[in-house]
Amino acid sequence: MIKLDKVFKKFGTGVLGLSDVNFTVDKNEFVFLVGPTGSGKTTIFKLLIRETLPTQGDVLINDWSLVKLSKDKIPHLRKRIGVVFQDLRLLFDRTIFENVMLPLDVAGIGAIEAKKKVEEVLAQVGIIDHKDKFPIQLSGGELQRAAIARALVLSPELLLADEPTGNLDPATSWEIVRLLAEINAKGTTVIMATHNTDIIKNMNKRVVGLDKGKIVRDDKKKTEDTPAHKSAYDKDSKEKPEEHPKKESKKEPEHDSKPEKIDEEKKGEK
Amino acid sequence: MKSVKTMLRNARRSPYQAMAAILIMTLTFLTISFFILLLSGSSAVITFFESKPQVTAFFKNEADAEQIKTLGEQLRESGRISSVKYVSKQEALEIYKEQNKEDPLLLDLVTADILPASLEVSTYKIEDLSVVSETLKSSSIVQEVIYQKDIVSALTSWTNAVRKIGFALIVVLSLVSIFIMSIIIGVKISQKKEDIEIMKLIGASNWYIRWPFIYEGIFYGIVGALIGWAIATLVLWYSTPFLASFLTGIPIFPIPVIFFFMILGGELIFAIVLGFISSFVAVLRYLK
Repeated sequence: MIKLDKVFKKFGTGVLGLSDVNFTVDKNEFVFLVGPTGSGKTTIFKLLIRETLPTQGDVLINDWSLVKLSKDKIPHLRKRIGVVFQDLRLLFDRTIFENVMLPLDVAGIGAIEAKKKVEEVLAQVGIIDHKDKFPIQLSGGELQRAAIARALVLSPELLLADEPTGNLDPATSWEIVRLLAEINAKGTTVIMATHNTDIIKNMNKRVVGLDKGKIVRDDKKKTEDTPAHKSAYDKDSKEKPEEHPKKESKKEPEHDSKPEKIDEEKKGEK
Repeated sequence: MKSVKTMLRNARRSPYQAMAAILIMTLTFLTISFFILLLSGSSAVITFFESKPQVTAFFKNEADAEQIKTLGEQLRESGRISSVKYVSKQEALEIYKEQNKEDPLLLDLVTADILPASLEVSTYKIEDLSVVSETLKSSSIVQEVIYQKDIVSALTSWTNAVRKIGFALIVVLSLVSIFIMSIIIGVKISQKKEDIEIMKLIGASNWYIRWPFIYEGIFYGIVGALIGWAIATLVLWYSTPFLASFLTGIPIFPIPVIFFFMILGGELIFAIVLGFISSFVAVLRYLK
């Protein structure tokens, strides 16, 4: 579905952002893009939505070359890719409902159908109760969900999430990741950039590691060879003793859900 | 429809900018309305004078009707004359009586004898008046020639000056309003830069982003034109009694209602063009 072919990206400052990056992502895959800040994760996302062009090489989505894509086709491309931006990029003068409505509006979908779709997606991500609130009234996790809802509302084939757990507490982070996994299970290809090693370890999904613009790790084969990888996170792994350590660490989020409860209590007090 | 909604929200959320834009448009269209009214009024006055007997030759007492008619025929042959009217001494008295019927003292003093016979000559063009008047003056039976040349030529040059000033003023004001409006819309675009960026990232086409701004420019234009036209029309309506008495005998009033709506129609079209140009300039400049 996605192919980065010998991609180089040189920034205006002369710094090499990406250097000889090659990887493919198949349909329905869930891929973690990991690496320290500045390693090129966001640059890859920017290339995928044609916000920027590679200096060399090509980016293909469904055999569409983004390098050759004419400017007036960019909106078409972007309507087919849902993006959860690192800084969310919600419109602060619009309600959550209006924010999530925006892509439908941009795509020219009729008001009645659009309203239905927005409510459906808001229910899916679990913030339907907040639909008439403004972004400033929501917590970090809720905003993240709103951003995911906006990315999902056009039913994209591909969802890019740039550090969606970036500044969330572990419990909320896990909720977000589970939500993304659910979305992936429904047939959307998901690429998630993160440096949360805990999540990566426990999800048992393909991991593409980047460092200073180079791919330093791609354990695609490993995940493909693991037949149980699909069920690893949502099914009990009791029958698989070899995955025991994972199971243990998987319990962590449950412990970590305490702070969230405290948070909720605090909210209640307010 | 959606773009119109977005546009109205944008206008509502920055009322001062909207007001500045509407005011400059109002000023422009108020000026345009006044000049249209002034120019059509003065051209109506000129037309009136042009169609009036413009040269009147008064004859000496010894001139008889036959000689005067011959002179009239001579003038007709030049091809410049639209009409020639002979007014005999008796007719002149009738006119005099009619004009002074409220003053019996004046009526008593005057007889047909002391009033001269006259010839009222109209030409097709104002320029021909001086030729006709020279011809008349050179005739031995003519005592005196009077004509409205002075009035008409003064009025014509005055109208031409007004037309030039008005045109220049309208051009300048239109340019000013285009600049001011495009600055205002440019500021609005800059304020929404982040929103625009986000919309682009989620797949908004350029025109999806541009239309609300262009509608906004057109909206300000239309509102400004409506206000400017309304003010000018009200002022004219209010001053109609005064103007009507000032211009007695010149059939301008009442001005047909359709004329005002023609002005409004033309102005609305011009307003849409101005609004479109200014917002388009802004959009091209700030939204690449």
